[in-house]
Amino acid sequence: MITNDERERRMDPEQQSSSGAVPPPIRRIRVDTSPTVAPSRPTHAAETLRPTRGAAGPERMTIDGLSVFYGPKEAVKQVSLPIRQGEVLALIGPSGCGKTTLLRTLNRLTELTASARREGQITLDGTDIDDIEVTALRRRVSMVFQQPNPFPMSVFDNVAYALREQGSKRPSRKVLEPYVVDALQRAGLYDEVAHDLSHPALRLSGGQQQRLCIARALAAGPEVLLMDEPCSALDPKSTAVIEDLILELRESLAIVIVTHNLQQAHRVGDHVAFMYLGDLVEYAPGDELFTNPRAERTRDYVGGVFG
Amino acid sequence: MATSMPPRTPLPPLRVPGQPTGGPPPKKRRANESISTWRLTDRIGYFLMWAAGLLVVAIGLGIVGFMAIKGLQYLRPVLLTSHPQADLDQSKSGGFFDPLVGTVLLTVIGIAIATPIAVATAVWIVEYGRPTWLARVIDSGIEIIAGTPDIVLALFGLVLFQQGIFGWMSFRAEDGAVFGRSFLTAGAMMSLIALPMVFAATREGLQAVPAHVREASYGLGKTRAATIRRVLLPSVKSNISTGAALGMGRIAGDTAIVVVLLGASLRLDPEGGIFGILQGTGGTLTSYVYNNSPAGEGNAAQKAYAAAFVLLLIVIGLNFAVDAIARRGARANGIETSRLGGS
Amino acid sequence: MLDRLRQPWTDRRAELTLGALACSVLLVIAFMIAFIAVKAWPSFNANGLSWFSAKGNVDQQLDAMVNSGANPTKADYQLGAWPLIYATLLTTVLSAACALVFSLLASIFIVEFAPERLRRLIVPIVRLLAAVPSVVYGLIGILVIVPFIGGSLISPGRKESVQYVIQLSGTSLIVAVVVLTVMITPIMIAMTVDGLHSIPRSWKEGAVALGVNRWRAMWTVTVRAARPAIMAGVVLATARAIGEAIMISMVAGSKGFAPNPADGITFLFEPLRTMAATIVEDSESINAPAMQASLYAMALLLLAGGFVLSIGSWLAKQPLKKYGVRS
Ligand SMILES: Nc1ncnc2c1ncn2[C@@H]1O[C@H](COP(=O)(O)OP(=O)(O)OP(=O)(O)O)[C@@H](O)[C@H]1O
Ligand SMILES: [Mg+2]
Repeated sequence: MITNDERERRMDPEQQSSSGAVPPPIRRIRVDTSPTVAPSRPTHAAETLRPTRGAAGPERMTIDGLSVFYGPKEAVKQVSLPIRQGEVLALIGPSGCGKTTLLRTLNRLTELTASARREGQITLDGTDIDDIEVTALRRRVSMVFQQPNPFPMSVFDNVAYALREQGSKRPSRKVLEPYVVDALQRAGLYDEVAHDLSHPALRLSGGQQQRLCIARALAAGPEVLLMDEPCSALDPKSTAVIEDLILELRESLAIVIVTHNLQQAHRVGDHVAFMYLGDLVEYAPGDELFTNPRAERTRDYVGGVFG
Repeated sequence: MATSMPPRTPLPPLRVPGQPTGGPPPKKRRANESISTWRLTDRIGYFLMWAAGLLVVAIGLGIVGFMAIKGLQYLRPVLLTSHPQADLDQSKSGGFFDPLVGTVLLTVIGIAIATPIAVATAVWIVEYGRPTWLARVIDSGIEIIAGTPDIVLALFGLVLFQQGIFGWMSFRAEDGAVFGRSFLTAGAMMSLIALPMVFAATREGLQAVPAHVREASYGLGKTRAATIRRVLLPSVKSNISTGAALGMGRIAGDTAIVVVLLGASLRLDPEGGIFGILQGTGGTLTSYVYNNSPAGEGNAAQKAYAAAFVLLLIVIGLNFAVDAIARRGARANGIETSRLGGS
Repeated sequence: MLDRLRQPWTDRRAELTLGALACSVLLVIAFMIAFIAVKAWPSFNANGLSWFSAKGNVDQQLDAMVNSGANPTKADYQLGAWPLIYATLLTTVLSAACALVFSLLASIFIVEFAPERLRRLIVPIVRLLAAVPSVVYGLIGILVIVPFIGGSLISPGRKESVQYVIQLSGTSLIVAVVVLTVMITPIMIAMTVDGLHSIPRSWKEGAVALGVNRWRAMWTVTVRAARPAIMAGVVLATARAIGEAIMISMVAGSKGFAPNPADGITFLFEPLRTMAATIVEDSESINAPAMQASLYAMALLLLAGGFVLSIGSWLAKQPLKKYGVRS
């Protein structure tokens, strides 16, 4: 649990830069005190605002020669990628190129699809994910889906869901409450739902539902967070909240985000991977990939965006 | 049960030096969900779930197997063609030709009455359905009929068809009282058993017809009535048949209405030609089984088993017919239909 | 004339004709309630509220009605139907409860955990069990289970312990409940499986992606969301159980006796007779006016039971709607 004090301390650039390795400076947002801070940000100059980053953190997950088949169809072809803590990996690429599939393989959700088959190795902290008990793996590698999928319960029960189901005993509502509130605050949803945590989750707006799903994933305390187009259903304001959240989370978590929005990939992605028809075409630091793509395909895809 | 869970510690993958890379890699056991990490209550529940699933299989196979053994043991072809005799000795009590005919007659009458009404109701609700409150009330009405016990329907039929105006459906006594029990009256009540099934199947089919099909027909200048007749009804033909087959299975298997409203007599009344038979009482396989079981007067277990086996074959046959019809309909429409358990 | 017939139906005429046929369903229900109520009235009228109570031996009362002839006096209508009502409630509630547990577990197995080949086997079996006529269940019950229970499970000592109250012969509450459970479980399984299938996959995936095992995800998300369908299955199956006449009359012993839970295990082996079974058994004597009124009174009660169930299921769905659980 992160108290507010602690969070401020962790987010304070001065304090952190004094401790050796240069961490990414992050703008401080305090959703709970000034909820309207987000829109004041000039979105068009996004790239200039994007924090410069330092050395990458430790490598949490490694994807090595990963191929995924749906029946005979190869949806992901021989992809190798590192996922590091302290940075955000953005996956971009045209629709149907296998981004979701790649993401779902990382916490073995593809195994729920009967026709799916996987080759290649994925490790989490050096351990092959096949050797980790699958629920334990998914607890550590959590996922936010393309379509918001809150459970048909109250807001509170949604966020508390993972916590309630994790232990061998069901914690009381009183014990859970601070965790739930914290997760909601971090997802930037708390102010909107604070007055009624027993509100049915399916009666929230699409954007609120997506942030609820993020809160739900955060409450579980994952080490790696997979986000599949988390902002596709969101308005600019909520998108900004989510992006700030991503930048804030990346120190403690490794984050992989799939997005169709190239500006967003540029804003939040420390490294960007471009996929095309299942192939990993290019993997490079965000600035490099967008300003100076090496592959022709990448150039064609991102070309129109940044001139 | 426990053996179906993968072993907890996976074997390391076998690596043979010089094995060509490429080609499918050696199949690796994954550390899947291990129920040892579950809560105790969950583990007990999981065990019970397997037990329940296997019990369903055991009961189903047990019943079918038992009835097949007993049926084949006691069923002789002559039983199917000989008339039943009132005799306590099983070797002299004859066959069950009359009950067999009774089952067929009753099923045909019941479904013949049920189908037009059910289809008309479904068409009206889906295609017109105005005023809405009326549609909703009729919808609930059919649910109520579906939930009404057959024995209640039987008693209702008895009082209804003893009214004078229904005198032609059964016999009148000397004093003018209407008997009320006959194939026609029992069939009419049986139709109420089949009606909800035909209705549900038809409505489901109509609702699955995409809107553009109707629009295309209207676009060609056809009236709504013509669209129903020429476009919609043909396209839900297989649904109607499915519902009808299910309904026939229910009618063939019903006993209470036969006992109360058909008289559950041993033989048909052959006087007066076919209409005379329909006006007369009779029995079906179900009432035959009932009467020959220790609960009835007959107490002829062998006959009961044989007749029950035939009855079971008819009912199962009708259920297979449902599958065949649904499959054919699906092919014709190019739609995957998923029945129970299809995902 | 022929020309007019051949003319395509006008919309208006088609709508009216179809609508009239649809309304005939309502007419049937109205007539059903009216006729049965009218026929039942003498019995309720003669007994008042004591109709629902236990007063003396209900079997003797029914016998007296048969013997009362064509012009019964008011005293001939004397009936305290409590043992029959109690038997109906007992068999229905017990078997519905057993079937609910059984069918829920089996449905989860079918939907989520069964290996593919077992699933292929189990689905047709469930449909087959649903199609087996009740008289066949009754036959197996009376020829297989009853002798087994009467011969092996009920010890002579147990028989003696209650011999002055009731004869234990094997036809009993337990057989009725067991066979009834087997009869109604397939109905519940069919409805439950359909309900579980209709829950969006993304909910279960969302739960599983949070590291919750499939069993918990199933119960806490999918089953929760499928509650309306499960309720509908329970209602349908309970309606079937309340009205089951033939099978019960075959296996339950056909005694107007109220099994007493205070008897311990013996309770399960005591015979009884439900209202539906009474109707089917005494329908031969239905021409005796007193008997007729009594049987129609029971039918009215069964009909009312069906109504209460429908309303109950409708009410039970209401609070769930708030959370977006569809019916
Ligand atoms: N369950 C499945 N069964 C068979 N094929 C699938 C399945 N899921 C995805 N595919 C195929 O795999 C390919 C990759 O799909 P995927 O969902 O990963 O794409 P995506 O990059 O996420 O697309 P989008 O940007 O539209 O979300 C697609 O061609 C798709 O048709
Ligand atoms: Mg996708």
